This record gives sequence, C-alpha cells and structure tokens, in this order.
Amino acid sequence: MSALDARPRKRDNHARPRKRDNRAAVAFLLPWFGGLALITAGPVAASFVLGFTDYNLIQPPRFNGLTNVHRMLSDERLHHAFGVTVVYVVVSVPLQLAAALGLAMLLDRGLRGMAFYRSVFYLPSLLGGSVAIAVLWRQIFGAQGLLNQVLGVAGVPDRSWIADPDTALSTLIVLNVWTFGAPMVIFLAGLRQIPVMYYEAAAVDGASRWAQFRAITMPLLSPIIFFNLVLQVIHAFQAFTQAFVVSGGSGGPSDSTLFYTLYLYQRGFNNFDMGYASALAWLLLLIIATFTAVNFWAARHWVFYDD
Amino acid sequence: MTDLKERGVPVVTEGDPPPRRTRLPSAVRSVAKHAGLSLLALVMLYPVIWMVVSSLRPNNDIFRSPGIVLDSLQVSNYGTGWNALASPFGHYMMNSAIVVLGCIIGNLVSCSMAAYAFARLDFTGKRLFFAIMLGSIMLPIHVIIVPQYIMFSQLGWVNTVLPLIVPKLLATDAFFVFLMVQFIRGLPRQLDEAARIDGAGHGRIFLRVILPLMRPALATTTIFTFIWTWNDFFSQLIYLTDPDKYTVPVALRSFVDSTVATSWGAMFAMSVVSLLPIFLAFLFGQRYLVKGIATTGIK
Repeated sequence: MSALDARPRKRDNHARPRKRDNRAAVAFLLPWFGGLALITAGPVAASFVLGFTDYNLIQPPRFNGLTNVHRMLSDERLHHAFGVTVVYVVVSVPLQLAAALGLAMLLDRGLRGMAFYRSVFYLPSLLGGSVAIAVLWRQIFGAQGLLNQVLGVAGVPDRSWIADPDTALSTLIVLNVWTFGAPMVIFLAGLRQIPVMYYEAAAVDGASRWAQFRAITMPLLSPIIFFNLVLQVIHAFQAFTQAFVVSGGSGGPSDSTLFYTLYLYQRGFNNFDMGYASALAWLLLLIIATFTAVNFWAARHWVFYDD
Repeated sequence: MTDLKERGVPVVTEGDPPPRRTRLPSAVRSVAKHAGLSLLALVMLYPVIWMVVSSLRPNNDIFRSPGIVLDSLQVSNYGTGWNALASPFGHYMMNSAIVVLGCIIGNLVSCSMAAYAFARLDFTGKRLFFAIMLGSIMLPIHVIIVPQYIMFSQLGWVNTVLPLIVPKLLATDAFFVFLMVQFIRGLPRQLDEAARIDGAGHGRIFLRVILPLMRPALATTTIFTFIWTWNDFFSQLIYLTDPDKYTVPVALRSFVDSTVATSWGAMFAMSVVSLLPIFLAFLFGQRYLVKGIATTGIK
C-alpha cells in the first residue's frame, strides 16, 4: 500500500514547481496546429467526405452515396494501375534494399576511401526524383538510346525499352534500384552500432564470413532493415514523376507504367473528377496502411530486438 | 583499423587451419575490392556523366556515341536550350528560386518552433500530438492534394507560389520537426535552467539559447528543403499551369513534350543546368546530408 501511496505524491512533488506550459505551447505550436487543420488532417477528413460525392469544381459537390465505391469495384483501369504499382513496389524495393545492404557491408570496417564511395553511391538518391533524370532515362532506354548503343557493340538488335509494354516498367524499377544510396547510408550507421568484439569472438571460434553474417549481422541489423523496408515501401507507392515524364503523362505504353498516383492525377486533374479522385486517394491511404500493417505483422517473425 | 588487424591475428598465430581454404593476400584482396567498387561507382554515375558530355555534342552524335570522350566541344546546345521555351530558362530558374527560398524560410521558422514545443515544453495532449506529428511524416501528398487544391483554388491561389510555400510556413514538413526534436533533446537541459533562473521566458530561451545551438540541424533542414523543393514535380505541376509561372521541373517537362525527337542536345543541356544546383548543394552540404539521414532515417 505504501508504495502505491508514494507514487502520486512523488509525481505531485515533481509537478508542482514545474507547472504545465500550455500557454507557451500554444504559441509555439500555432503554425503546426494551423497546418494540421488546413494542410494535413483537415484535408484527410475532407477527402473522406468528398469521396462520397460527385464534384467537378464548378458545380457544388453532390452526395451520391456509394457510387464511387461501386465505380472503383468495376474500374478495370484502376485495378490495372493497382497491379502495376504493386509489381513496382514488390520488385524494386527488395532489390534496392539488397543493393543497399550489400554495399554498406562492403564499405563498412574502416575501408579506405569509404567517405568517397559513400558520396558517389548516395548521389543518385538526390538526383533520382528529378525531371532531368527522367528525361535522361527516356533517352537511355529509347530506341536509339545509350543502352542500345552499348548493346549494339555486342550485336544485340535495337529495341525501344520504354515503348515496349513488356519492358517499360522494368526501366522504372531500374531507376528505383539506382537510388539505393539513401538506405545504404542508414545501413552504414546501423552497422557501426554492432560491437566489433562479436565478430572477433566469432572469428576466434572459426566462424566463416557467411556464418558471421547470418548469426551476428542479420539479427542485430534486422530492426534497421525493417525500418528501411517500411519506409521504402511507403515511398515506392508514391512514385509519380518518373512514370509521368517517361510516359508523357499517359502511363503508357498500354498503361504498363500507369502508377496508382498517375491514375489519381489523371482522374483529378485532367478530368476534374474530384469526388472520385478523393475516393481513390482514400483507397491509396488504406492500401499503404495495409501494406505497412502486414510489414509490422511479419516483423514479429524476423526482426530481433536486443533488449 | 586496429580492430581489423586484431580480429585476424589470433586465428593465424594459433596455427588453426584457416576456415577459408584459399585466401588471397590481403593486399590483393584490397586492390580487387577497390577495383570492384570503383567500377560500380563508374557504372552508377555513367549515365549522368554521359548526359553532361552529350550536352556538349552535336545533336546527331548523341545517338551514336555511347562513349564519354569528346571529339569536339559544342556549347551551342546551351544557347538553344536556354531560349527554347517561351521565356529564357533563367526565368524558370528564378521562379524555382523564389519557391525554394520561401520553403526554406518557412521550414526553418515553423519547424523549429514546433520542435521546441515538443522537445522542451510540458503541455496537455503532448503525447497524442507528437504521435500525430510522427504519423503525418508518412502521409502521402496524394491523399491530401485534392481537398488542398480545392481550397487553394477557391482562395484564387492557383498559379501563384502560395500553395507551395504556405504549407511550409505551417510546419507541415513533419520530417524536419522530428529531426529538430531529436537534435534539441540532445542539448543539455542545464542551459535552459540557467537561462530560466536569469529570468528568461520560453521565447527568449528559444531564441537566445536553443536556436543558436541548433545550427547543424538548421543546416540539414536548409539543404534537404532546397533539394526536395528544387526537384519537386507533383505539386508544382498541379499548382502552376500558366507557362509564365513554370518552375524548372515543370518547364523542363514541357520542353520534353514539345520537342521530343528533335533537340536532345538542348534538352540535355537544360537538364544539366537544372541538376547543377542540386550537385552544388550536395558538394557543399554532404556532411549535413549524411548526418541528417543517419539520425532520422528518411530518403
């Protein structure tokens, strides 16, 4: 009993001289609260309501019940866009993370010139989202592009990688893998946290490099791998610029690069079909939340917390 | 470095049979590793280097010169590209610069204020608001763009820079709030206490004590905001539809759509111009970029 009594008293003693700073907090958070109401949470709520309307920006929004939901269920272009996006996420993110982890392991352990390599491998992460790189990609994988010029030396016949529905998405996957530098830097920071003595002890016991990787690096790095995975999946779902520029805004050829975000853009800002676009936006939020939840669920089976 | 040697030594001196059968001498291994890494670095950057070189080539050569050795230097692509659109390219760069500057100021002011509150103040609902702030880092812009666009278009702000800058003044780049919270938490509280005993209120502590110490976090914020805003395409595409208001990414994209097959040289030239600020920011801000990613883990 006495222990229970002691607790609130202790907290009281502690709290009395430091009374709450509510007034100061309101002042400091005023911009943030404004942003919450007008820019983030407010629009999320507004999207939800608009999702049940028909709205073209000119006439006032008109409630139409579940019409947009029915539309989504039978919208084959939407289903196709969903499929394209999932393929993009599921293929490019693991490849990107594997490259990031592999390079981070090579660069770890006091390699000379490490800072230089890190910079070079990181640079594409900064450039990858730009229109300029998308322009470059369009040339590289075009009919007379750099790739064909290089392959032509080996006698491979020319083909346009971005005009062929079978390969267009792959060029965008390559682009995402190319930006492995950012997760690599996070892996490097994580690897530095692993005490060297673990490896020393394993080496004394004669453990091979592979065994060390399996028994030390993987478990101790798994929270960071998980973190990168969650982040990059969310990020990849939002890919837009590259598909837009490479396909000239159409998502072609034959909708093979029609990312979800691109379809949403077309509905909302080409057709000004704002009600349906809002419903699509909410569905995107649910899809990303589901993928993230699955990631968290799966994490219980492979992520190791050392505390 | 010494750890490395120590790790290898016991295995050898104890005379155990080495677990790996054929180990090359470490010097050879090291050279091989550097050769491999350099090769990979070259492959990674080759497309970008090739673009820079190609921007200095005659148009026809771009489609038959996979190499990166210049036969002759031709800078005319830059002149052609600069004047290919309705306004000279400098006009779009100026538009971009205005947006970037506004976003940087907005982020520095609003995010540091919010971060001070989350890191140092004790207030009702702090945990909940903090959780909301963290959650909003993950919020895709596509989810909120439609109502946002409706709001801004009703305010008559479409084709102005306001829809791009005002959100930054409202601390909506939660990533930077989080980065600054982490940074402020690392500053010793005794500094605040000392200032408080001297009679300083929160406004003063923030401005005189915390803010000057936050310079590295502010630098990281500045550089990331610069790069992301300069590259940002989606929101600029949506809010800027009048060619006179175009920023660099939107202008570049309209260039691509107008002159696809004819002037790759000029297009490459302007692509290089558009990447130059990013490259400079990277060159001078590397330290802050790497630190920013490593401590908060985004992008």
